[in-house]
Amino acid sequence: MSASAATSYPRTWTRPPFVKRAWLRWALYLGALVYLIVSVGSVEVNWVRVWEGLDRGVRFVQGFLVPDFTSRWEDILIGMEESLTMTVASTVVGVLISVPIGIGAARNIAPLPIYAICRAIIALSRSFQEIIVAILFVAMFGFGPLAGFMTLSFATIGFLAKLLAEDIEDIDESQAEAVRATGAGWWQIVNYAIQPQVMPRLIGLSLYRLDINFRESAVIGIVGAGGIGATLNTAMDRYEYDSAAAILILIILIVMAAEYSSGYVRKWLQ
Amino acid sequence: MLRLEGLSKVYGTGDRALTDVSLSVEPGQVIGLIGPSGAGKSTLIRCVNRLVEPTSGKIFLGDLEITGLSRGGLRQARRRIGMIFQEYALVERLTVMENVLSGRLGYVGFWRSFFRKFPPEAIENAYRLLDRVGLSAHVNKRADALSGGQRQRVGIARALEQDPDLLLIDEPTASLDPKTSRQIMRLIVEICDERGLPAIINIHDVALAQQFVRRIIGLQAGKVVFDGSPDELDADVLTKIYGEEDWSATIRKVDEDGEEAGDDDDEGSEEHIAALDRERLAGLT
Amino acid sequence: MSDTQFDKSWQKRTTKQELLLWLGWLALVAFFVFCWEVMNKNTIWAFVSDAPRQAMDIGSRMVPPRWDYLPSLMEPLWDTIAIATLGTLMALFMAVPVAFMAARNTTPSTRFVRPVALLIIVSSRSINSLIWALLLVAIIGPGVMAGIVAIAFRSIGFVAKLLYEAIEEIDAVQVEAVSATGASKAQIMDYAVVPQILPAFAGITVFRWDINIRESTVLGLVGAGGLGLRLQESLNVLAWPQVTVIFILILITVLVSEWVSAKVRHAII
Repeated sequence: MSASAATSYPRTWTRPPFVKRAWLRWALYLGALVYLIVSVGSVEVNWVRVWEGLDRGVRFVQGFLVPDFTSRWEDILIGMEESLTMTVASTVVGVLISVPIGIGAARNIAPLPIYAICRAIIALSRSFQEIIVAILFVAMFGFGPLAGFMTLSFATIGFLAKLLAEDIEDIDESQAEAVRATGAGWWQIVNYAIQPQVMPRLIGLSLYRLDINFRESAVIGIVGAGGIGATLNTAMDRYEYDSAAAILILIILIVMAAEYSSGYVRKWLQ
Repeated sequence: MLRLEGLSKVYGTGDRALTDVSLSVEPGQVIGLIGPSGAGKSTLIRCVNRLVEPTSGKIFLGDLEITGLSRGGLRQARRRIGMIFQEYALVERLTVMENVLSGRLGYVGFWRSFFRKFPPEAIENAYRLLDRVGLSAHVNKRADALSGGQRQRVGIARALEQDPDLLLIDEPTASLDPKTSRQIMRLIVEICDERGLPAIINIHDVALAQQFVRRIIGLQAGKVVFDGSPDELDADVLTKIYGEEDWSATIRKVDEDGEEAGDDDDEGSEEHIAALDRERLAGLT
Repeated sequence: MSDTQFDKSWQKRTTKQELLLWLGWLALVAFFVFCWEVMNKNTIWAFVSDAPRQAMDIGSRMVPPRWDYLPSLMEPLWDTIAIATLGTLMALFMAVPVAFMAARNTTPSTRFVRPVALLIIVSSRSINSLIWALLLVAIIGPGVMAGIVAIAFRSIGFVAKLLYEAIEEIDAVQVEAVSATGASKAQIMDYAVVPQILPAFAGITVFRWDINIRESTVLGLVGAGGLGLRLQESLNVLAWPQVTVIFILILITVLVSEWVSAKVRHAII
C-alpha cells in the first residue's frame, strides 16, 4: 500500500446510509411521510370551539398566577389526605407482595413452575394501566380510596417484581456460588448471597415507586378511586380554574419534594 | 515559528498550572515535552490553541499573536494548528472519513459541513492521508470499530487534514501498547520531517522521547527546568524533573513494558485534571 | 500470642444500631397502620365484603365479548395511534431546546435559563397526561387535538429530562477535538455533540412513543378522543361485553407497540 505520487484518489465521498437497501430506505421515508400527512389530515379541529376556549385558557393561566387555595381548602385537604395515605399504604403492601413474586420470577433461583406463575402475574399487572384497573376495582369495591389503594398495590407488583427479578438474575453469580459452596440451603443463599446485593436497589426502587404511586393517585380519582384526582375533577367540572391550579401546584410541589428527598435517601444509602 | 512569552495559567480553583513559561519552537522542529503528571504539560499545549485560556503571557504563531485574538480570529488561527489527543478523541459514532474531514471544518460553511458536501480537494486529500497512515481499507467504518492504534492514525490524519503549520500532540501513546506506541511515534516524526512541520509532543515515557525527538523540554510544577538535547538527559536532570529515583535503567534504554516513567503523581495533580476537564466543557457553551 | 481470647459471639451491628433498626421498622409499621386507618375512615366495608360477588358478576357479564363491535373500533384505534405519534413528534420539537437549556454543559446561563428549563421539565413530568387532557378538553374542546397536546405536554418533561442527562454525559474530549480544528459553534454541535446523543435521543423517542400509545388508549375517558372515548360510552351504559372487546384491543395495541419499540431500539443501538 505504498502511496506513489501517481496514485489518484477519489474526489467525492458520501456517507454510507443508515438503511443499506435503497428501496427499503425510500419505502420507509415515503411510508412515514404518507402516514404523517394522512394522520394530520384525520385530526378534526373545531377552530371555533378552540377560539371560544381560549378565554378559558386565559382564565386558567390566570388561575396559575393567582391560585385559590382557600375556598376549596377543605376538599383539597381531604383529597390530599386520601392521596398520601393511599400512596404510602399501597407502596408498603405492593412491596411486600412484590418481594416473593420477584424472587419467584428470577430464573436463576426459582423452579420452573413457580417462575411461570410469577411471570404470569407480572405480565398481567403490567399489561393493564392503572386507570383501567381502577375502573374495575371501583366497580367491585365501590367509590373511594380503597379502590385506589387496590389499584396502586396491583400496579406496584408488576413494576417492582419485574425489576427485582431482573436484578436477581443479574447478580454476581460468583458470590452466590461461594455461599453455595459452604453448603448453605436455599433460604441461606437468598439471605446471604442475594439479599445484600439487591437490597440497596430494592429500597431505591421502592422510593421511586412511592413517587410514581403519588402521581398516579392524582389520576385514578378521575374514575372514582378517591384522592386528589377526584377533587381536581370536581374543580374542573365546576369551572373553578383557580382552585384547579392550586391543586396542580400542590401536586407539582409534592412530586418535587418526593423526588428530591428520595434522591437524597438513595445517595445516603449507598 | 511558535513563541511563548511569560505564559502563566492559574485555574479557577487556585491551582498554579504554569508559571512564566517562555520558549520558542523553530520551523520543522519537533519538541518532546516531559514531566511528571500534573506538571502542566497538557495545560501548556492547550494554552497554545486556547482550549485553555492562559492567565497571562503571550503566544505568537509566526507573527500572529494568538492570545490577543477575538473569537473569529481564534477560529482562523486554530485551523493552522493541528492537535492529536491522548485518548484519540475521535467522534466515535462518525465514520473514519467524517472524522478526517472534520479537520476541514474551519474552512467550510455550516450547511456544507452539515450535508457532508466537502470540496473535492479536501476529500481527495483525506483519501491520500488515510492511505499515508495505512487506513484506506477502513474509510467507511465507524471510528469505534477500530483498534487503538488505528484510531490514533485517524487522529493523525484529522490533524493533517487541517494542513497545519504546527502540530500539538498530547500523550499520543498513553493508551497504546509499547509496539504500537513506537509505530505511532515513528509515523508522527516521519510525517513532521516530510512536511517540515514543527510539533510539540507531550510524552510521559522518557525513553520514547529520547528515541524519537531531538529536543526535549522538562517541565516541573509548571516551570521549565530543562531544555536541551536528549543526550543531556542524565540522572541529575531527571531528578530535577521527576524527583529522586534510581534513573540508571531509564536513561537511553527503551523500557519494553511501556509503563510510565513518572507515574508518581505530584500532589494536586488530581485537581489540575479536574479543573482542566471543567475548562474543556466550557468550550461547549 | 496463642493465649489471645476471641469473642464467642459476633454481631453484624452494634446493639445500639440493632435497636435503631428495629425502631425504624416499628415506626414504618405504625405509620402504615395510621395511613390505613385514615384512608379507610369512610370506607363502607359492606361494599368491600361484597366485592368477590361483584367481581364474579362483572366477570360473567363480560363474556362472551361482543365481537361485532370490533369494526366500529377501528377509527378510534387510528385516532389513538395518531394521538400518540403526533403528540410524541410535537413533544420532540419542544423538548430538544429545553434539554439543551437544562444540561449544565450547554445551557446559556446556569443562573437564569437552567432553572426555568428544569421547572418546565418538573411541571410537565408531575402532571399525568390524563390530567393534561382534562385541562385541555376544557380549554380547546373535546377531541383528538386535546389528546395530542396532552400527550405532548406530558412527554416534554420525560424526553427533555432523559435527553439532558445524556447531554451532560457526553465525552468532553471529543468536543474539544472538534473545536481545536477551528469549527464554529454550530459545527461543533453537528460534529461532536449530536453524534454522541443521537442514539440516546432515538431510543428515548421510541420508548416514549410506546408509553404514549399506552396512555392515549385511555385519554378518551376525559373526552380527548381515541379508544377511551368508546370505553367511556360503553361503561356509561354498562355494556360489559363491549368493554371486554375494548380491553382486548387495548392489550393487543400495547403489546404490538412494545414489540415495535423494542425492535426499533435494538436496530438503532
